[in-house]
Amino acid sequence: MNHDFPFFGKFPLSDYIDDGLDWLTDTFSGLTRAISNVLGDGVDGVVMLLSFPPPWLVILVFAGIAWLAAGRRVAIGTAAGLLFLWNLQLWQATIETLTLVLFATAVAVAIALPIGILGGLSERFHRATMPVLDFMQTMPAFVYLIPAIPFFGLGQVSAMFATVIFSMPPAIRLTILGIRQVPRELVEAADAFGASRRQKLFKVQLPLAVPTIMAGINQTIMLALSMVVIAAMIGAGGLGGEVWRAIQRLQPGNGFEAGIAIVILAMILDRVTQRIGRKRGS
Amino acid sequence: MDRGPWIKRSPAPFLFTRRQTLTPTRPFRGEDRTVALQQPKIAVKNLTKVFGDPPAPALKLMEEGHDRKEIQQRTGLTLGIADVSFDVAQGEILVVMGLSGCGKSTLIRCLNRLIEPTAGQVLIDGEDITGLSNKDLLALRRRKFGMVFQNFALFPHRTILQNTAFGLEICGMGQDEREQRAAQALQLVGLEGWEQAFPSQLSGGMQQRVGLARALAVDPDILLMDEAFSALDPLIRRDMQQELINLQARVKKTIVFITHDLDEALRLGDRIVLMKDGRVVQIGTPEEILSSPASRYVERFVEDVDKTQILTAGGIMRDARVLALPSDGPRTALHKMEKESFYSLFVVRRDGTLEGYVWADDMGRAIEQGDRQIGPHIQRDHQTVAPDEPVSTLIAMLADSRIPVAVVDEAGRLLGTIVKSNVLAALAAGQSDQAVTAADAATAADKTSEACS
Repeated sequence: MNHDFPFFGKFPLSDYIDDGLDWLTDTFSGLTRAISNVLGDGVDGVVMLLSFPPPWLVILVFAGIAWLAAGRRVAIGTAAGLLFLWNLQLWQATIETLTLVLFATAVAVAIALPIGILGGLSERFHRATMPVLDFMQTMPAFVYLIPAIPFFGLGQVSAMFATVIFSMPPAIRLTILGIRQVPRELVEAADAFGASRRQKLFKVQLPLAVPTIMAGINQTIMLALSMVVIAAMIGAGGLGGEVWRAIQRLQPGNGFEAGIAIVILAMILDRVTQRIGRKRGS
Repeated sequence: MDRGPWIKRSPAPFLFTRRQTLTPTRPFRGEDRTVALQQPKIAVKNLTKVFGDPPAPALKLMEEGHDRKEIQQRTGLTLGIADVSFDVAQGEILVVMGLSGCGKSTLIRCLNRLIEPTAGQVLIDGEDITGLSNKDLLALRRRKFGMVFQNFALFPHRTILQNTAFGLEICGMGQDEREQRAAQALQLVGLEGWEQAFPSQLSGGMQQRVGLARALAVDPDILLMDEAFSALDPLIRRDMQQELINLQARVKKTIVFITHDLDEALRLGDRIVLMKDGRVVQIGTPEEILSSPASRYVERFVEDVDKTQILTAGGIMRDARVLALPSDGPRTALHKMEKESFYSLFVVRRDGTLEGYVWADDMGRAIEQGDRQIGPHIQRDHQTVAPDEPVSTLIAMLADSRIPVAVVDEAGRLLGTIVKSNVLAALAAGQSDQAVTAADAATAADKTSEACS
């Protein structure tokens, strides 16, 4: 049976997108290569830095950070979890994944905060960003990998690019929400004392939005972690790479080991960042 | 630029001059109320606010004399305030009173343009502020206005000291200086020692003291108080009212105070602006409002003028249960006052004759000085009436008085005391029933006062 549209031929959407992406790749190849090099070097550098000292020392440092940020219980959990990963011989993969996630989150937050602030202050901007955010969140994450490769080449930076796009929306949404949630009377009080827009933002709106913004960043980190397996398909390595290899070789045991490692890493990152948000909020 | 006729009487001041030196002292409660020939601190001229866009059709209907409801029905626009005009003198407390939705909150926000007026003028020290650029407007708010809000609007993430210093921080003052001045403002409202606390740790009354300190810290010319005490419970509210009166005697700001509570308006207001449905119904001193009411709201209290002739001082007075003796020490007197939340106390000799009264503040000072007796601190400018004095004369007496009126017999013995709320409650209770006796009214007054305190 013929399912072709009877009135005129197929709208060449895919061709347009390909042309557009080709143009972007050609025009900005210098820029994307530069970004790729800088970020790639950065990730490699941090991975090397963390791989160089013995694992127990790194674990001690991370447990210390967790202690300062979230207290003793989280610190103990962090140490136990990381020791377990070391024992599973997934130490190197864990470091790669952790570094990638933290880099992707940093880039995502750096982009999301200004956009979220603008959206929180301007209703019109807010309405304009909503469909874009919906697009970013619902488009299957695999699709971002395809243009990432021509832009940044195979490897970690392409993985980071896809991860950033996929994980950014909650940080933007919750920043918008945090700023809009600031009680109107407090903004009015700031106005009554003659605060400029900048003063209002930095002295009232942003400080009061911090707990909500931190919740958004927490979500961003979780989404970034969930991208690592997908990103492994374009050579991101790390724990996702272990899972990907187990899938290809049909080794369920290895697959679960790496999967559990991702879960442990997620729990550590979640607990630590959640506590930061709550501590600042009280 | 048309600045209005009064400008010819005094030279136009430069915008933002601090404190006019030509300004005489504020007309105090109880002092001569004649308004000096001076430029008003605030002059509101034909101020109108229409919510909704475009406002023109509503303005046209308003000028044709249609009321708010009709304009809403015909244009879908809401008339916030309509053609409001009044002056506020330097150092005056002007109370804007009306039921909720009458436009009083809109009006106070038009004074510093938190709400943009649609038409009319607001002149601060003779300068029309409705046309100011954004930059000048911010400067004006920083220098001239302090604002206190109904729900306190303290910043939860800042300490009490940082909250109080907020206005100064906005002005760009350095940390040391602003915190020093904020600490002084906190001292003024009796909150020293709480600097490092957070707002959530304070009671409602204390939070509003912080709100007041925050407004006073910038040393503004004008205090805007939007239902500032309405969220507080009645006892705290009365304390805060009294404190504001005491404070005003020292700081002498120009205050615009919004309230829906007639009793509060009578207590605080040098003059009262009554609003209904966005329009001004009446402007006058408390006694003018009471004696010649122009709105139904006030008529509910004072419409039955004859009733005030029937009711007598003896009928509505309350027993003077708590009194001081001339031989009392200041600590005893202060203790009695604290127990009853009084600010003053009548002093009576052993035989029951009235000697005078003492202030709580003086007692505190006497204790500090080590005085053993209250004798030297007794004031004698209290007002006395006979028990058969009609209530109508009491209204005028009480409007100007900060202490209760004493009811005494021929021998000068104290029979009882009368405060404002006794009179109002008696009038309110009596108006529905023509045959009410003075005794009934007195009981009603007692009950009402008890319910209030």
